Amino acid sequence: MLEARNLAAAFEGRVIFQNLDLAVAPGERVHVAAPSGAGKTTLARILAGYAAPAAGEVLVDGVPLPRRGPCPVQLIGQHPEHTLDPRLRMEASLREALQATRGETAPRRGVSFSRRFSAQSAEGAPENETPLRGAVSRGGATAFDAETEVLLSALGIQRRWLTRYPHELSGGELQRFCIARALLANPRYLIADEISTMLDALTQAQIWSVLLQEAERRNLGLILTTHSPALAARLATRTVVLPAVRG
Amino acid sequence: MTSHEALDHAASPVHHHHSHAADSRHAHGHHLLTVEDLSISFRMYEEGEGDEGGDLAGAGAGVASAAGSGLRRWGRDSRLHRYLDAPQREVEVIHGLSLSVHEGEIVAVVGASGSGKTLLADAVMGLFEPNACVRGRIWFDGEPMDAASLAAERGRGIAFVPQSVASLDPLMRVGRQVEGAPRGRGAARRADASRRRARRRELFARYGLDESVARLYPHELSGGMARRVLLCCALMESPKLIIADEPTPGLDAALAGKALADFRAFADEGGGVMLITHDIELALTVADRVAVFRDGTVVEETAVANFAAPDLLAHPFTRQLWHALPEHDFEAASPVGQGPCPCRPTEATSSVGQGPCPCRPADDEGTGPC
Repeated sequence: MLEARNLAAAFEGRVIFQNLDLAVAPGERVHVAAPSGAGKTTLARILAGYAAPAAGEVLVDGVPLPRRGPCPVQLIGQHPEHTLDPRLRMEASLREALQATRGETAPRRGVSFSRRFSAQSAEGAPENETPLRGAVSRGGATAFDAETEVLLSALGIQRRWLTRYPHELSGGELQRFCIARALLANPRYLIADEISTMLDALTQAQIWSVLLQEAERRNLGLILTTHSPALAARLATRTVVLPAVRG
Repeated sequence: MTSHEALDHAASPVHHHHSHAADSRHAHGHHLLTVEDLSISFRMYEEGEGDEGGDLAGAGAGVASAAGSGLRRWGRDSRLHRYLDAPQREVEVIHGLSLSVHEGEIVAVVGASGSGKTLLADAVMGLFEPNACVRGRIWFDGEPMDAASLAAERGRGIAFVPQSVASLDPLMRVGRQVEGAPRGRGAARRADASRRRARRRELFARYGLDESVARLYPHELSGGMARRVLLCCALMESPKLIIADEPTPGLDAALAGKALADFRAFADEGGGVMLITHDIELALTVADRVAVFRDGTVVEETAVANFAAPDLLAHPFTRQLWHALPEHDFEAASPVGQGPCPCRPTEATSSVGQGPCPCRPADDEGTGPC
């Protein structure tokens, strides 16, 4: 059970929401509805541990979110181009997730700047760092394990994208990687914050069908926000309406 | 609105032949914009050939040192030689595209991201990259156009509404930005400045923007205000045609509805709008006709009414889109842009630039069923 108790958030001294309680059970799909600026994205960031609430707490099965290591609540955002490390090829971005969850130490191809200073490397995990530039041959990416390969192809990720940098891919292509990365981190809860607004109808349907399958197979709890009523009706088992902004 | 047939164009004999599908049900208004058989290709270097080392930085350093010593000292098979002789190819991004926008209508161009929609907008505004090769015919307001005349119409007859306030100058107050720079010298310049100010006031009043908004900087605008400011910028010189590139991403339903109502109002006064978007649900709520864009060409130009049932849609890809909508079946038949053509499922067609659907004869206009 993912629980938010008595949450409050403020932005530049303005209260966005307060006394917010939310509980999501595994296997549930909750649509959080609110007008623009009511704090949907802030709530998503707090639930995934990216931001600290002004008051209240976020618990997974009664335990606060872990301060280090992979978070059981994974967030997929609205702007994939801002969430991927611009210095990492796509393959390295995916391997980060694998490495965090499975302790995989397969050939690393460059290390992200953020991770070099992350808790894990500070603990002294052996980091086989290679310089970023020129480290990757043009030959192509090495294979992932079978399960990962199946996930990648289900999401429509092509092999040749793996050796590219984020700026060499379109928003829709990047979003597939963000989804793959979130799923590879083995989450128990997934937050989808407007993940398909930049996608056309066909890609949207394809990506959601993969996500719903995975959510069902792994019994994930899902929190989603969208501006499209039709999409919300299609996906959600329950809708929560955030109260309008006060003050 | 004048009847289309009653108008006399400079290029009447060519201009008047229609390339619409029979079921596109367009209003028989005056053609504001006609694009026929447009192809755009780019010359670019081959990918992944001749650089096994993958070390272009090294080869680049070689150029600098070789400049003095003479290039001939580098052997035929040296790395530098490969760098300089890198094979180029022509990549066709848009091919055989035909599209019309009439007076008083909104035509939505709907397609996946990366399918070349923005390139179409650039072409209509006469913006071409130096390595682009463009073929085709474009008429604007009855006149055949070329790159120079299209560029001359940009911002006057044809205006562009960009995606976000990021396109505004962050250091300039919104009012001055909408007004633009006055032309001329002395008294003429002052007259032009006051004309611009009057026009800007009129637009702000019409779109419910307070006069104080003119004093704000772009970052101080709310999402809804920003949309209207961008629209005012476009309307400043009273254009006939507006090209809007993804005008509503990230806006909630109410705000998006307002933005689109503004476009509707512009069209109802006799303007034409080309609404470029990936969001077919949105297109269906506001547009009169939808041009479905796939792999660099318009596969179907159809009336919005035809989206009531899949049987009314001619092209298999449009039907796939219909089925993928959340309010219908919400199922993706095949990955977009990579999948096999729906009419010939065994053959992978896609990847931009490989030509139209293979099941379509070359002389086909691209609007009928495969």
